[in-house]
Amino acid sequence: MFFLLRWVESLGATIIENLHALGEITLFAGRFFYWMVKPPYRFKLLFEQLYFVGNKSIFIVCLAGAFTGMVMAYQTYFGFKLISVDSLVGPVTALTLAKELAPVLTGLIVAGRAGAAMAAQIGTMKVTEQVDALEVMGINSVQYLAVPRILASVISVPMLSALFLFVGNIGSWLVGTKFLSIDEAIYLSKLGEFMFLEDIWQGLIKAFFFGFLISVIGTYFGFNVTKGAEGVGKATNLAVVWGMILVLVLDYFLTSFLVHIL
Amino acid sequence: MLSFDNAAVSIKDLTKTFGDHTVLKNLNFDIPRNKIVTILGFSGAGKSTLLKHILGLLQPTSGTISVLGKDLSHMDRMELREFRRHFGMLFQYAALFDSFTAIENVAFPLREFTKLTNKEILEKSAGLLDSVGIDPISHHKLPSELSGGMRKRVGLGRALALGPDIMLYDEPTTGLDPITTNMVNELIVSTSMQYADRGMTSIIISHDVKATLRISDYIAFLHQGMIEEYLPASEFHNSTNKLVQEFINL
Repeated sequence: MFFLLRWVESLGATIIENLHALGEITLFAGRFFYWMVKPPYRFKLLFEQLYFVGNKSIFIVCLAGAFTGMVMAYQTYFGFKLISVDSLVGPVTALTLAKELAPVLTGLIVAGRAGAAMAAQIGTMKVTEQVDALEVMGINSVQYLAVPRILASVISVPMLSALFLFVGNIGSWLVGTKFLSIDEAIYLSKLGEFMFLEDIWQGLIKAFFFGFLISVIGTYFGFNVTKGAEGVGKATNLAVVWGMILVLVLDYFLTSFLVHIL
Repeated sequence: MLSFDNAAVSIKDLTKTFGDHTVLKNLNFDIPRNKIVTILGFSGAGKSTLLKHILGLLQPTSGTISVLGKDLSHMDRMELREFRRHFGMLFQYAALFDSFTAIENVAFPLREFTKLTNKEILEKSAGLLDSVGIDPISHHKLPSELSGGMRKRVGLGRALALGPDIMLYDEPTTGLDPITTNMVNELIVSTSMQYADRGMTSIIISHDVKATLRISDYIAFLHQGMIEEYLPASEFHNSTNKLVQEFINL
């Protein structure tokens, strides 16, 4: 009985702690909106972050996209062949990529790469008093450090997701038509028949929100670093874990909303 | 307690409480313009909290702080942010931006707050680095390529870039070897003399008694959130306060 009570107590404490953190993250997002619209607008920093979040993720996104598309084509082909609808490999793969895999996997990749880096960069600046130096100079640290990173993510992640979709479809087409001998004309005509612009929009809208979420979490944990190098490591870890989990959770809610409006 | 007519910083009945812990207790003292004033004290005495109040980064629980004749408690966040440009601060570990070179660190406040051209900014930054003793070869080095003493010099150059009215030094010699400590102390004095015509005030937070006695004009001794002693540096050694004597003789 005592053990059970301790377990319930511990569970309750964890839930409260996480809800508190979620509230803090929401407030932090509010600060981002406030400082985003206030001048000065630092475009140089935005472009630097666009390069870091966007350009530097291109290779890994292309690699992941290509292999995801190729694997999807293989798996659906062998399943669909059993019921003689292997001509639908193209649209099924494309729809899955457009609506789910491209935005979610891009989100997870960016959370692991850029979200973690944001937490580590800002966290290191926090423990070495660089953030304090900005504040003492009269520069708002959220405006200087968080706003360019969040804006860059919001712009980059949908573009990376579109790239993932494009490369994934090339991978799927390659495997489907060259290795699995699906007729190329049928593959493309079925793709045109079942794939619509709304499907692509659904994925891009999701990617937009994932970009926002990942960067808000990454910068939030960076600003809340305490206890030196150990704290930076912990913040980086938390940014990745929270970023990835919340991308998956948000994906469900966005899907249930977007299927009704698109 | 010392008081000054034309104080750079004037603190009246300042109390700061965090939860049920009172860090600063009813402080009353003035910091004169154009002087070097050191706030001495053991770790946890409330020195950093006091510094943050002077900078307007913390608001007092009760009492007031006036800096350069302006009451900080009557300023909103934006006004405080603007007002902080009157300060320059040298951090304990210099707090240089590690992705910027030495010259870019010094140029940073000039880029943010002035309308100077790039050429003018680089010329002024190079001049500031020269004035704090950084040789031109090191102007384009990253902080990680500089020694602790050089980083402090660059940090000082950055703090002086906008011509501050009040220069704050947070534990400027902590963690430095004796030779570098001496160099930093000389730098503080020479900077103060160099900017004396502008009426620049220097406030040092420290627990280095020997250096403090040598370079300061006035010394305040903070203990458990209260000013135990505040005297001209020349008289501080002869203080009758037991805690001060204990601190000096440690």
